[in-house]
Amino acid sequence: MLTNHKYIAFETIVIKEVRRFARIWVQTLVPPAITIGLYFVIFGNLVGRRIGEMGGFQYMEFIVPGLIMMSVIQNSYSNVVSSFFSHKFQRSVEELLVSPVPNYIILSGFIVGGMARGLAVGTIVTLMSLFFADLEIQNLFITVSVVLLTSIVFALAGFINALFANSFDDISIIPTFVLTPLIYLGGVFYSVELLPPFWKLVSALNPIFYMVNTFRYGILGSSDVDIVWAFFILVVFIVVLFSSCIMLLRRGTGLRS
Amino acid sequence: MTIAISIQNLVKTYANGFEALKGISLEVEQGDFFALLGPNGAGKSTTIGVISTLVNKTSGSVEVFGKNVDTHSYETKLDFGVVPQEVNFSQFEKVRDIVMTQAGYYGLPRKLAAERCEKYLRKLGLWEKRDERSRSLSGGMKRRLMIARALVHEPRLLILDEPTAGVDIELRRSMWEFLTEINENGTTIILTTHYLEEAEQLCRNIAIIDEGKIVENTSMRKLLKELDSQVYILETNAQVPAGFSLKQDNMLLNIIDENIIEVTVSGGQSVNSVFAEFSEADIKIDSMRNKTNRLEQLFMSKLEGNG
Repeated sequence: MLTNHKYIAFETIVIKEVRRFARIWVQTLVPPAITIGLYFVIFGNLVGRRIGEMGGFQYMEFIVPGLIMMSVIQNSYSNVVSSFFSHKFQRSVEELLVSPVPNYIILSGFIVGGMARGLAVGTIVTLMSLFFADLEIQNLFITVSVVLLTSIVFALAGFINALFANSFDDISIIPTFVLTPLIYLGGVFYSVELLPPFWKLVSALNPIFYMVNTFRYGILGSSDVDIVWAFFILVVFIVVLFSSCIMLLRRGTGLRS
Repeated sequence: MTIAISIQNLVKTYANGFEALKGISLEVEQGDFFALLGPNGAGKSTTIGVISTLVNKTSGSVEVFGKNVDTHSYETKLDFGVVPQEVNFSQFEKVRDIVMTQAGYYGLPRKLAAERCEKYLRKLGLWEKRDERSRSLSGGMKRRLMIARALVHEPRLLILDEPTAGVDIELRRSMWEFLTEINENGTTIILTTHYLEEAEQLCRNIAIIDEGKIVENTSMRKLLKELDSQVYILETNAQVPAGFSLKQDNMLLNIIDENIIEVTVSGGQSVNSVFAEFSEADIKIDSMRNKTNRLEQLFMSKLEGNG
């Protein structure tokens, strides 16, 4: 396929994906904003005032980066898993499969679609957080790059979930039983320093812990993890997940009989 | 003559062990209007699935205009368009968006895509519906939308899987006219259908598939020649007298009702002589129709032969 044809195909998938979540904005953009807004009010404002400081910051300041990251992770994942599974369910994925679009373009298009929603919700949550805390970004490069890489990781994970899913139940199992616990145990609401040694070790095995803390480092300038190690983990995840997706697409897993 | 599609020893065994294709071989020439007939579960849709890469084959090869679909995926996919049996577009998208998106997948620049989109939506009578969501379309309109979508990149080969199933007679006829027109303009067409009349009306060559095997692959003319007799139902304006018979040998006459008779005419005999004999007896024939679809007779005999 010629380069400009590939670009047009890529652009087509991205526009279609963005148009999809924008069309149903009441389902895709509003609920996460309301949920995170409630976290700000209840945990950050009401409970947070009694907690005082966490990791050297006011509790509200401490949880804002984690909550922004949580919204990016959940929405990057859910956009890809729900959109691609809907394509499978309605069989409209066949439009793509009979066309000459290469697998990596299909995958990239859906990833960017997932990132677009994750970042859109992340931006809404960031703007909301300004009503509750004063944010001064300490390192813009780290802040932006970690949020982009994290949304790529979870868009890829959502794509794999969609490939294996056979029913709508299958696309809610992973977010409910895997993603949400990992996020809650990933240091969004507390500093790992508060944990006993065993649970500190368990937290070190949670990839979301590194993502949340690196993002927190970008905004607050303080983190529980080594930033270089965190970026290395993110890149490894992206390479492994991207390769897995391409292999599954080539085999036609969940798509071709 | 260029071969539009060449299938060699194609085998497909599904994961549950069902052998859908048992080594079929088939060639369709460029410009042909080709029918793939067969009963339910014969392997028609699996064959189309393998050609369009939606079904992974077990073994064998498929070439489109001389290029292997596995090794030259990009070139071969540009050359064909597929109209599936079941609706396979998003029910929430607008008609125009569905066609434009497909054009985008083929790398068509937006201006050209918009021109093609309008051209085919107009040809298929959907232009007025362009801004409606696809779920609001009738069944026939959805099928026409799938044809417009398959043609937007102007492929040399169009593959249609039961395109007129469940479509009313008027719409079916208009789709036949459209398909005939694009075939006359050079597009090779492969059609699977349950409507044997459809194959007889449209197609020049035909293959009959049953239980994953090709049981007949010939021209429509040769196939129909195999029929050695045809049965006509005649309606007369007057009562046919008792004992009335035809002088011609090999013509059987069966009086069904006062004014309805059945005449069996052997191959090579003209029905003119039947009219002449009734005219001599001062009986006028008001109407005449073929008792059975000729192709249906043959189709059934081929399947029985295979069984």
